[in-house]
Amino acid sequence: MRILAIDTSNQLMSVALIDDDRLIIERTVNVKRNHSIQLMPAIEEMMKEAEWRPKDLTRIVVAKGPGSYTGVRIGVTVAKTLAFSLGIELVGVSSLEVLAANGSQIEGSYCVPVFDARRGNIYTGLYQYQNGKLVQVEKDTHISAVQWAVYLKQLEGPVQLLGEDRLKHSDSFTKECGEQLIDLPTSRHYARASVLAERGKIRKPENKHLFEPEYLKLAEAEQNWMEAHPDFEQGGGWIEKL
Amino acid sequence: MEKKLILAIETSCDETSAAVIENGQTILSNIVASQIKSHQRFGGVVPEIASRHHVEQITLIIEEALEKAEVSYEDLDAVAVTEGPGLVGALLIGVNAAKAIAFAHDLPLIAVNHIKGHIFANQLVTPLEFPLLSLVVSGGHTELIYMRAEDSYEIIGETRDDAAGEAYDKIGRVLGVPYPGGKHIDRMAHEGKDTYDFPRAMIQDDNFDFSFSGLKSSFINTVHNAKQKNEEINENDLAASFQAAVIDVLVDKTIRAAKEKNVRQLILAGGVAANKGLRTALEKAVSEELADVELLVPPLELCGDNAAMIGAAAYVQLKSNNYADFSLNGRPGLSV
Repeated sequence: MRILAIDTSNQLMSVALIDDDRLIIERTVNVKRNHSIQLMPAIEEMMKEAEWRPKDLTRIVVAKGPGSYTGVRIGVTVAKTLAFSLGIELVGVSSLEVLAANGSQIEGSYCVPVFDARRGNIYTGLYQYQNGKLVQVEKDTHISAVQWAVYLKQLEGPVQLLGEDRLKHSDSFTKECGEQLIDLPTSRHYARASVLAERGKIRKPENKHLFEPEYLKLAEAEQNWMEAHPDFEQGGGWIEKL
Repeated sequence: MEKKLILAIETSCDETSAAVIENGQTILSNIVASQIKSHQRFGGVVPEIASRHHVEQITLIIEEALEKAEVSYEDLDAVAVTEGPGLVGALLIGVNAAKAIAFAHDLPLIAVNHIKGHIFANQLVTPLEFPLLSLVVSGGHTELIYMRAEDSYEIIGETRDDAAGEAYDKIGRVLGVPYPGGKHIDRMAHEGKDTYDFPRAMIQDDNFDFSFSGLKSSFINTVHNAKQKNEEINENDLAASFQAAVIDVLVDKTIRAAKEKNVRQLILAGGVAANKGLRTALEKAVSEELADVELLVPPLELCGDNAAMIGAAAYVQLKSNNYADFSLNGRPGLSV
């Protein structure tokens, strides 16, 4: 299985080529730059370096969000279009799960990935290594950092916060669960496409056409509209062929 | 002539579209998925929601365009995409999808200006002849563009405030017609008379620029004053008066510019080109005042945003090997 893995869900961009159980190339860039400008050139360069042709790929794995709306969409658009036009498999993995997998396998401890979501909110989830396997304990969510810290406190187990953005909310986390927190080496706080590929390797392929980002949040206008129209039955139908 | 096939993609606003175009002039397919129903909930296009719909639709629409044209990737000579102007988040979906296809199938990538696309929509019906003048009118643009040759663009006049289509949408909201207002105002105008005598802004000025914000304010004031005094307003007459003021200025300046530039063709382009009042008035003025000028007005299905027009414009770039690389980005404020 030849996998191209793509994560552009936050400022960091990570792309990897994996051949079965071997990592061929991984490129992780953490500079503030536009993913639309840097993603495709990175893929092209890495494929060239690996001497792979697009037709050699068998699966695309993409971090499907949550994260920056635009960032996630760039990764998902490139991934689903590549998979669709090459006729190969597409797999989406939670962007939070990719980061959670960087946690240490400490029995009974929680891996808690954190992405800043502005206005005191975060995207986060609750994961745990059980018998060497990463298991999702709580669904990924969009929540206030303070609320999440209070929730983690009552879990009482050791907590590994993951991601650079944890630092933006360290006050809340230190206050509520100071004793529970386990410090990890710096390298663990960055999502890696090689890890993403690994997570994506064991999953069933998606329906490519229907695949879309996991935003975990409605657009603000839509949220307001739904609140004003509580009786409206969802079912799409918004798109019309001309 | 050798057959050149371009797969074109357009996602600059609220339509997801893909088309296959032969030699820049023959439409093999042109699939357009409109999000208008979704944005009608909000009374206008919400950029974040537009971007979300584009991601949902993009591969479906591309597949349908290829299937309808009965071509495979091996048959294609290039992939073209709108790089701007437009909503940046929306543009990025088309741009990244186009890059992925170009990479996957080793095809040249062509970045197309949306406004040039609107002008070249006419090429899909009648070959363009130069020099020509194009009046581009849409929700975001009101421009007079002079073209000496097929790759030469000069903006000789433009709006200093609102675009004509934008003014239509705003007064549509005042009259309570669904978004986008243009179609409804056009229909109402045909039932009414020009009785309100709105200002024809800048019509006397010695330039080819436009202004529609004064007209819009005048319209809104008229409605508010009438409401305050409990006077009856005839909405059809209001629509007719507004439309007459817009069209008078557009037609007058366009005819003057065409005369001054001594063009062979006059082209109407953009979403507002679908406006019946404008089409009729321009046809009449051209037949009366520009006997030697050929007027091109796109068929209704090519007035709104569509990928066929992007494929038509891209062909000019294909001929001159004017390609983009994989760092192509969306350019929301791109000018011709």
